[in-house]
Amino acid sequence: MTARDLYLLSPEIALAGVAILVVILDLLVRSKRVVGAVAFLGLAVPIALTVVLWTSIDSETAVFGTLAVDKFALFFKILVLAIVGVLILGSADYVARFQRYQGEFYALVLFSATGMMLLAATTELISIYISLELTALPLAALAAFLRDERSTEAGIKFLLLSAMSSALLLYGMVLVYGFTGSTQLQEIAGAVAQGDMPFGSYALLAGVTLMVVGFGFKIAMVPFQMWVPDVYEGAPTPITTYLSVASKAAGFAVLLRIFYFALPAVSGDWGTLFAVLSALSMTVGNLVAIAQNNIKRMLAYSTIAHAGYILVGVAAFAARSPGPDGVALGPSGVLFYLAAYAATNLAAFFAIMAIASRTGSEQIDDFAGIARRAPWVAAVLAFAMLSLIGIPPTAGFMGKLYLFNAAVRGDLVWLAVVGVISSVVSAYYYLRVVRVLYLGAAPSEEAIPSSWPVRLALALTGGSILAIGLLPGRLLELGEAAVRIFSLTPQ
Amino acid sequence: MLTATVFLPLAGALVIALLLRRPRAIRGFAIGVTVADLALAAVAFTAYDPQKGGLQLVERFNWISSLNVQYFLGLDGLNAPLVLLTGLVGMCAALASWRIEVRVREYFAWLLVLQTAVMGVFTGLDFVLFFIFWELELVPMYFLISIWGSGRKEYSAMKFLVFTLAGSAFMLVGILVLYFSAGTFDMTVLATKDLTNVVIPVQMVFFFFFLAFAIKLPTWPLHSWLPDAHTDAPTAGSVMLAGVLIKMGGYGLIRVCVAIFPGVSREYAWLIVALGVISIIYGAIVTLRQSDLKRLVAFSSISHMGLVLLGIGSVGAVAANISPVGLNGAAMQMFTHGTITGLLFLVVGLVYEKAHTRYIPDLGGLATRMPFVASVFVLAGLASLGLPSLSGFVSEALVFLGAFFVWGWPTAISVFGIVLTAGYILWMVQRVFFGPALARYEHIGDATLVEKLPLVVMVIAIVVVGIYPAILTDVFSAGINPIVERLRVLGP
Repeated sequence: MTARDLYLLSPEIALAGVAILVVILDLLVRSKRVVGAVAFLGLAVPIALTVVLWTSIDSETAVFGTLAVDKFALFFKILVLAIVGVLILGSADYVARFQRYQGEFYALVLFSATGMMLLAATTELISIYISLELTALPLAALAAFLRDERSTEAGIKFLLLSAMSSALLLYGMVLVYGFTGSTQLQEIAGAVAQGDMPFGSYALLAGVTLMVVGFGFKIAMVPFQMWVPDVYEGAPTPITTYLSVASKAAGFAVLLRIFYFALPAVSGDWGTLFAVLSALSMTVGNLVAIAQNNIKRMLAYSTIAHAGYILVGVAAFAARSPGPDGVALGPSGVLFYLAAYAATNLAAFFAIMAIASRTGSEQIDDFAGIARRAPWVAAVLAFAMLSLIGIPPTAGFMGKLYLFNAAVRGDLVWLAVVGVISSVVSAYYYLRVVRVLYLGAAPSEEAIPSSWPVRLALALTGGSILAIGLLPGRLLELGEAAVRIFSLTPQ
Repeated sequence: MLTATVFLPLAGALVIALLLRRPRAIRGFAIGVTVADLALAAVAFTAYDPQKGGLQLVERFNWISSLNVQYFLGLDGLNAPLVLLTGLVGMCAALASWRIEVRVREYFAWLLVLQTAVMGVFTGLDFVLFFIFWELELVPMYFLISIWGSGRKEYSAMKFLVFTLAGSAFMLVGILVLYFSAGTFDMTVLATKDLTNVVIPVQMVFFFFFLAFAIKLPTWPLHSWLPDAHTDAPTAGSVMLAGVLIKMGGYGLIRVCVAIFPGVSREYAWLIVALGVISIIYGAIVTLRQSDLKRLVAFSSISHMGLVLLGIGSVGAVAANISPVGLNGAAMQMFTHGTITGLLFLVVGLVYEKAHTRYIPDLGGLATRMPFVASVFVLAGLASLGLPSLSGFVSEALVFLGAFFVWGWPTAISVFGIVLTAGYILWMVQRVFFGPALARYEHIGDATLVEKLPLVVMVIAIVVVGIYPAILTDVFSAGINPIVERLRVLGP
């Protein structure tokens, strides 16, 4: 470990530092608002460091080649940090109602975020595994945070299933290591490209498939989605939000890194596998969501469907933009969509928190007439629903446009057709929320107040949905710059 | 210029949503915005020089460079009259909303957003931009029907939305396939490219688009959303739907299906004609059976939109014989149907507002109570059944003329649809307005000044186009002749 390594890892170190500071401060200070404020303001340090790295570094490895500091990793780091920042703002009211353990809440969120940031950067199987655990363990504690029956169930379920998926993942990694002789992604890529493996590539594929299963749990794709609705419903809403955007983004980061970096030589095999799983996720997620009455459960199935949309980008390996230095459209679509989806889902969940804090119910029918009681919150929620359907001028539309474009270019027109049809199906249940908000009769006319951090978070996320929907150019360029690393991969 | 025409209503909607509070002020302001937008549309229409032809008033710049998406608005002969129509119908819809009392602010905001979306569909010439406006139109219409509508309004609004979304989903894939094969979203460039080398069969791409536009038009058997949506929408909603929204389908058929896929549309002209003839006859027969005034007018739209398909089907002729007459007729039919049916819905709305029923057997003898409304209705009805010197005649004659030499028997059968039209229109007029005056309608009066205004505007449009159709046909020809040229070059 050198001084250079410290510099390259400075965002993660700073973030972990903030988390530790929050824990210590929590012991000393009586006012818990201060703790939240420190957690929020402290994020400025890792964000600033990440931006500095983005501008100064093209692609480097750190800590004996186990971590890569490249634009791909930095993109995800900024995304995760931004999500955590907005999340702390948007859940201010929710967390303020906890009797105890507010400090621990923030600290666990920050530790988990550290794991996600590392996850995006790892280029070695064992480090990947360790970062995954660092991400998941705090989340399990957070899911059980309310300590009522459902929340505890959510925590236990999350813990057990992530343990199981980690085991499968580990087994897959062991097989891949056994057949290629390395845990370094770069060297695995070399060994696979040479192709002289014991038992041929089928043995390797067994390992790859197990890894797909392991990641399938993390990113909530069909058929490994059964934990999602229960955990999403039971967990505290901020944690549900966090799971659905940040944890998912980190999962896709490492998925892309492994498959595009280490296994491009067998892309034909896993490309088809992901295409089928993507179609399944979109179809199952959207169809089952129709039957849901609890809005968190509905969004849980929606997140399964969206995992399917994002997988379109993973599956479209062959998609390259025209021109000599063609960008890998699939991965850049994944990055763009993850950012768009993060803005959208954050907005939706913040609005739900703001409304449910007063009405006390998360049943969709109890959102009736909210448009009259909280016009701005309802407008943001409705707008987020349109973005989830993919109706312009929203971020969700641009994301789908880009992903389906990748599908068409990657010779997966059928997958694009499945995608657009399932988007139409999804319109039915997303619009149910809009309909209830605007057409339902409110049981009372009492206005629903929300504090300024929540309003700020709603404005930021709602504004981002519109901004990405109207002027996606800058974000697309960032995403395309981030996936340049895949163009350099040995084919 | 075009940007202002497209976005003025949206700006007005924002002002209404954020600044205005009093219902009176909102109504006045919204009407003012639509009048100003009509003026802009009229200026754009007159600024278009059909002698010069081609694209005019172009505004374009790069919008999303990594996807090669442009912000590209422009007028050619095909869309210039439709922009004018949108301004006209939009103003009449706003005027007809004078009596809206519930959630006034939201209502007018949505109505204006709708107008921006439709204007954008007609002027946007980049596929992504076109698609964005195409989808943007759904949201305001959904709210207009489901909040201010009547009957099974939520069901109808959802049905409208899901049908259109289903069509546009396929269109999106079609757009992306075209982008992949030609590297551009520019509709004008695509219309000059040879698209034989596509990743999937070019026929399939054609039908992706055809499905979207056929649903919107709508044609049999994809029409079932229309009677529900038109019937349950508020008056202004029906006027916008019948007046301009379904024209987006016809416009798309000509702009995309015929202009970008000339070969395939020739190959499948028989199908287009078959669907057209079925729509004409089926629509007319079903219309005869309606007892709800609004539903009756709604079903008649299916029949009249069949004429658009018949006109488009005339491209199926032997290459040397392809004439612009049929396509011109189809385009004209969109304009005239927009004014005529818009007017019919306005009058039906007035009848419903005053008599509180649309059930035809309950009505009767209204001509003595509301002579002005009755005479306008009769005029609109006559225009609808194609009386010479009114605008409906011009477009129907052109369609039949264009189609007859290519599709003799199908056209002959379609002409029979006109007879049926005369049947249901005259029968309805007789049952609603004539006959003995009923005692229960003694209290109702004629249209007020505000109510008369949109009627007069529409009547003027119908009569002027009926007497001097060249003001439109010259412009339409400027847009359609290049398409026909290309069809001819393509060979047999």
